[in-house]
Amino acid sequence: MTGPSPVPPAQLLPDHGSARRSSVVRSEGGWPDRSFHWLALLAALTILALIVLVGWELYRGSRLAIHQFGAGFLVSSEWDPVSDVYGALPFIFGTLVSSLIALLIAVPLGVATALFLTEMAPIRLRQPVITVIELLAAVPSVIFGLWGIFVLVPWLRDHLFQWLRTYLGFLPLFRGPIYGPSMLAGGIIVAVMILPIITSVSREILRSVPNLQREAAYALGATHWETIRIAVISYARRGLFGAAVLGLGRALGETMAVTMVIGNRPEISASLLAPGYTLASVVANEFTEATSDLYLNALFELGLVLLAITILVNVIAQLMLRTLAGGSGAKAH
Amino acid sequence: MKKLLLLLLATAVTGAGASAQMLINGAGATFPQPIYAKWFDEYAKVDPSVRFNYQGIGSGGGQKQILSETVDFGASDGPMSDANLAKATRTLWHIPTVAGAVVISYNLPGNPALRLDGPTLAAIYLGEVTKWNDPAIAGQNPGVALPDQDIIVVHRSDGSGTSYIFTDYLSKVSPEWKTKVGKNTAVNWPAGLGGKGNAGVAGQIRQSSGAIGYVELAYARQNGLTFAALKNAAGNYITPSIDSVVAALASATIPDDFRFSMVNAPGENAYPISGVTWLLIYQQQKDPAKGEKLVAFLKWAYTDGQKMAASLDYAPLPDSVQARVLARVNEIKY
Repeated sequence: MTGPSPVPPAQLLPDHGSARRSSVVRSEGGWPDRSFHWLALLAALTILALIVLVGWELYRGSRLAIHQFGAGFLVSSEWDPVSDVYGALPFIFGTLVSSLIALLIAVPLGVATALFLTEMAPIRLRQPVITVIELLAAVPSVIFGLWGIFVLVPWLRDHLFQWLRTYLGFLPLFRGPIYGPSMLAGGIIVAVMILPIITSVSREILRSVPNLQREAAYALGATHWETIRIAVISYARRGLFGAAVLGLGRALGETMAVTMVIGNRPEISASLLAPGYTLASVVANEFTEATSDLYLNALFELGLVLLAITILVNVIAQLMLRTLAGGSGAKAH
Repeated sequence: MKKLLLLLLATAVTGAGASAQMLINGAGATFPQPIYAKWFDEYAKVDPSVRFNYQGIGSGGGQKQILSETVDFGASDGPMSDANLAKATRTLWHIPTVAGAVVISYNLPGNPALRLDGPTLAAIYLGEVTKWNDPAIAGQNPGVALPDQDIIVVHRSDGSGTSYIFTDYLSKVSPEWKTKVGKNTAVNWPAGLGGKGNAGVAGQIRQSSGAIGYVELAYARQNGLTFAALKNAAGNYITPSIDSVVAALASATIPDDFRFSMVNAPGENAYPISGVTWLLIYQQQKDPAKGEKLVAFLKWAYTDGQKMAASLDYAPLPDSVQARVLARVNEIKY
């Protein structure tokens, strides 16, 4: 369920001059050095080959559907296995929206938790909290789904959603009938699931901020909060962004827990209280019983679309990281 | 290290010993998996020289694997389409094993016993009847206080044989459903929420007042769900049970290739939303030894095995059908 790691860890850390050191150390060493070099290269290429292979297989499996529907597949909202007409738009919409909701909730929460753990928490409290957060990452997806069905969704339906509709109902986002299973419920479940990775990565990033930075800020007379804002966050901005992207990678591909709470209706609705559907969920749900060739091909194409979205999102993130790097680099040095 | 080697050697030897036992592979439908597992388990006592390995990967996978002959038999909850059957290199038979039913479960204050007919059910799932006190429902349930409450429609989100039987039924009783939606393991649902699996649908129903959904009879019985009596083709309201499914099967018209639908069967006491599940077996077996064992197993399954069906909440085949199926099994060549 984990998406391909989008940002090489070295890039998550702020740029020191030393990190830019040439990575190829020409060595005159004997065969151990050379064989290690080739072995490492082989490992790196294997990963690349794996992604290409997955893409190729997905393409091969979806050729019929690509031929039949062309680009219309991406913009059509019809998904009808009976008359063999397929379109991916509601699923693309659902995947992006539920992931976005998850990020909006999990990033502030995760970064704040990481800040608390590195900057504020008493030493004795740190380890227990870290352990609990990392435990969250070990809970299987389907358990989150069950918890979602039996605890989260009923509570959302009876309390939060009612409140949202009463007080924020003037926004189209919170209108319409309340079922419980909904886009918002899906987003919240995913937020809980990506919280551990965002918190852990953010914590590592914040820990890597040199103490010199903090001391310098204090020396200038900054308060605790100002120190965190000026010296810590702005220094670590790039890395925190990377943490969010890692979380997004996971959110896009999350399947089991989402399908259990999102309502599984292929429909584009402005309201977050309405049910939705995601790419990964529909593939998991319908693949086993799909019998017609075109149906199977359409499901494969959904997989291809999901892969493309994941890659696209990561490329955009890399580009944004680069822009961000220019800004923070100037400040940090 | 030596110990580890010895251990590996021991496993290899026992592994080789086990391979003397013949292994017959099957894959497909998940709905009959509990009864198949029981059969294979019991049959191991009858003939220890053969072992069955069945993977419940779904009907789609079962059809694909038997067509590519990566398994010795396939299994499917829906009959294969003509297009798929044409891909078989030689005669591929559908052999019905057991039947099941789909029940209509709901959640209303006080959980009154409800009666429904096909056209009303179709109208609810089409999103045309949206209130519980709609005259279409109230008219069939005199004396039941139906609330002025929205109906929350729940269906399966995963492709399933249960959905196939249910949509097959709606297509048969409602021309509008047939043209607008149709029948399949997954369809373009005009209304409602999707729940994953029987458990997902049942969970949704249990939690939302005013919900209606469909689940397997076996699941509903084992979990004590409330379910409706349905009006059958003869005009009687029938509560789903093993007996009323057997009655449906006994009155259904069954063609020679066994690819049939038994929804809305004409029998007096037939429950209308029911269907059988099939094994997919080639008439000409490739491996004579395996073919012989498979036929012996099938003969056992259609005699002794059928008696175990009811204990797992499946409906056994009535005698008339059983005789026809056994005749077909005898025609398998190896």
